Amino acid sequence: MEKLLLLGDEAFAQGALDSGLSGAYGYPGTPSTEIIAYIQNDKTAIDKNIHKVWSVNEKTAYESALGMSYAGKRVIVTMKHVGLNVAADGFVNSGLTGTNGGFILAVADDPSMHSSQNEQDSRFYGKFANLTTLEPSNQQEAYDMARYGFELSEKFELPVVLRLVTRLSHSRAGVNRTAAIQEKSLALPTDSTRFILLPANARKRYTQLLEKQKDLEKAAEVSPFNHYFDGDDKSLGIIACGLAYNYLMENYEAECPHPVLKLCQYPLPRKYIRKMYAECQSILVLEEGMPLIEEMLSGYLDNGKRIKGRLDGTLPRDGELNPNIVAEALDMTVPKEIKLPALMVNRPPSLCEGCSHRDLYEAMKVIIDKIGVGHVFSDIGCYTLGALPPFKTINTCVDMGASITMAKGAADAGLHPAIAVIGDSTFSHSGITGLLDCVNEKSNVVIVIADNETTAMTGGQDSSAHGRIEEICKGIGVEPAHIRVCLPLPKNHEEIVQIFEQEIAYEGVSVIIPRRECIQTLKRKAKKR
Amino acid sequence: MKCDIILAGVGGQGILSISTIIGEAAVKKSLFLKQAEVHGMSQRGGEVQSHLRISDSYIFSDLIPKGKADMILSVEPLESLRYLPFLSPSGWLITSSNPFVNIPNYPDQTEIINEIKKIPNHIILDTDSIAKELGSPLVGNIVILGAASKFIPIDFVDLDIAIRTIFSSKGDQIVQLNLNALKAGRQAV
Repeated sequence: MEKLLLLGDEAFAQGALDSGLSGAYGYPGTPSTEIIAYIQNDKTAIDKNIHKVWSVNEKTAYESALGMSYAGKRVIVTMKHVGLNVAADGFVNSGLTGTNGGFILAVADDPSMHSSQNEQDSRFYGKFANLTTLEPSNQQEAYDMARYGFELSEKFELPVVLRLVTRLSHSRAGVNRTAAIQEKSLALPTDSTRFILLPANARKRYTQLLEKQKDLEKAAEVSPFNHYFDGDDKSLGIIACGLAYNYLMENYEAECPHPVLKLCQYPLPRKYIRKMYAECQSILVLEEGMPLIEEMLSGYLDNGKRIKGRLDGTLPRDGELNPNIVAEALDMTVPKEIKLPALMVNRPPSLCEGCSHRDLYEAMKVIIDKIGVGHVFSDIGCYTLGALPPFKTINTCVDMGASITMAKGAADAGLHPAIAVIGDSTFSHSGITGLLDCVNEKSNVVIVIADNETTAMTGGQDSSAHGRIEEICKGIGVEPAHIRVCLPLPKNHEEIVQIFEQEIAYEGVSVIIPRRECIQTLKRKAKKR
Repeated sequence: MKCDIILAGVGGQGILSISTIIGEAAVKKSLFLKQAEVHGMSQRGGEVQSHLRISDSYIFSDLIPKGKADMILSVEPLESLRYLPFLSPSGWLITSSNPFVNIPNYPDQTEIINEIKKIPNHIILDTDSIAKELGSPLVGNIVILGAASKFIPIDFVDLDIAIRTIFSSKGDQIVQLNLNALKAGRQAV
């Protein structure tokens, strides 16, 4: 078979496509976006009509995927780490219902927060939900783990979590393909009650899930992705998880004198951990993320063998690993660095020249001069860059949809005006329910839905409420007279300022929709023509 | 053989095209390759870099260790300095001299050039002028790839073939323009 040069995300996507995939669900989010983007561009996926349309949010994606699995088909669902918070309800409960057709949740973490609001570690979710977590260390494993994950999922009738991280998701390498296999046929679950989580059923299902744990652990002990490499120097044993294994081997140029456990499948394979704990004087845990294993091994009182890692200061407590950090943890000499010249300055990201958000924020600057700072609640998207100079127009960015609800809460507290700025895709993801809260209580808020007709930050995916935003607002109950659409262009500056002034004066729910297509998607379309 | 390259530039300047070309050529030659790139927020006019590693033996880390890069290849002079801690003392710094000024506190350009000249192995090239002569200001990234090609352990002809493969869907004119840019960069050093 041919060798392909693929990103980690793409390798997993290709692996799923070659393993009888019938559907991919997800919501775009860095660094997970390229999984579904790859499937959307794949000729075979198009010909076979494999499901690959973006969902409204991670929750709807997760549940749709669960439905496809219920029907007996192999399915993947993709999201970034914080997206799993949105899908967590269905995720945790799917451990109890179990799955039917092979089911893999591919969740991409972003340690060091290159493009995220936190660096939560999805392995904790896998443990929390009592499920198997796979953590590929390279692109080939990301490919191979698709088929392996489906088989594991079908064997145990459970979802499998595949945890990616930025440096694998967005790193390319050569990947060998295996022969593709056919999709599964429709087949309902044999036990017709297990998807009904009435308390009586749920209690039974939870007990069964707990009983499966020893089998999941055994599977990790015989996993082709977990390896125990013995070494003569037992002064230290090293547990290297996922990508951390690469940084370790980079430093030893493939030959490490210490025993090493390469760990890419959870729950922890106790057999290997016991062996290392018994034979080595101390243990170093290298984890690309939060100290999950280190904490388990050192225990609350830390009164056993010396466990080194992020908690004891051997490694930095936060941020992603790299070869240099691992070298320092192993007391290796690191090469001398050329120092950065004193003249070096940062070049933060900024809104594109010609971006419609620029015209929105120019108008809002005039308003803020009048009302004072601290009144603008914003959200996740390109427009978050309004926090930086030259605009400095927004005061919050917390999670998808939080602009509307935080503005409501602040208005409830008596803040006036309370303005929310949210993008069109974020509005459809998690803003609609918050707007309904506002309408129900006639909250005194101004909601700006900055509509650039796409999901811009992640590269221009379709925005699910496209063309229907006014209708949605009206349907929820916003007064039509206070749904104000405008065209954000420099020549309309005065008009936009006036709309803001009028809607701030109105006591109730106002929605302002500045609408102009994203300059990036516009350019791309022009190129295609 | 191994060659570790840090590609540097500003979001939108085309450093991912450079790594795609080198990557295509390396894979055709059955070399091992890893290439870590940046997506998401920083692509909006911010600093972007890519770690590109080529070797005839298996590569473990997706990231180049500090002090080990054989080359910094940059399409912008200020950005060429940002990753100096990664450059090996014997490494090459190859950069375009044309600044991309999108921040109010952009440092003095002469001082930037002076800092670049402190690196023993350096090449500074006015890629904008060369690209304009070729008829498109957009191929500056390919010009600088051409300039660096002498120090990358991949035959020039293989880079040529990679460009033909990658740009083939965009038509003969675009392919030829990029081939000319590669050649012009090579001849300029």
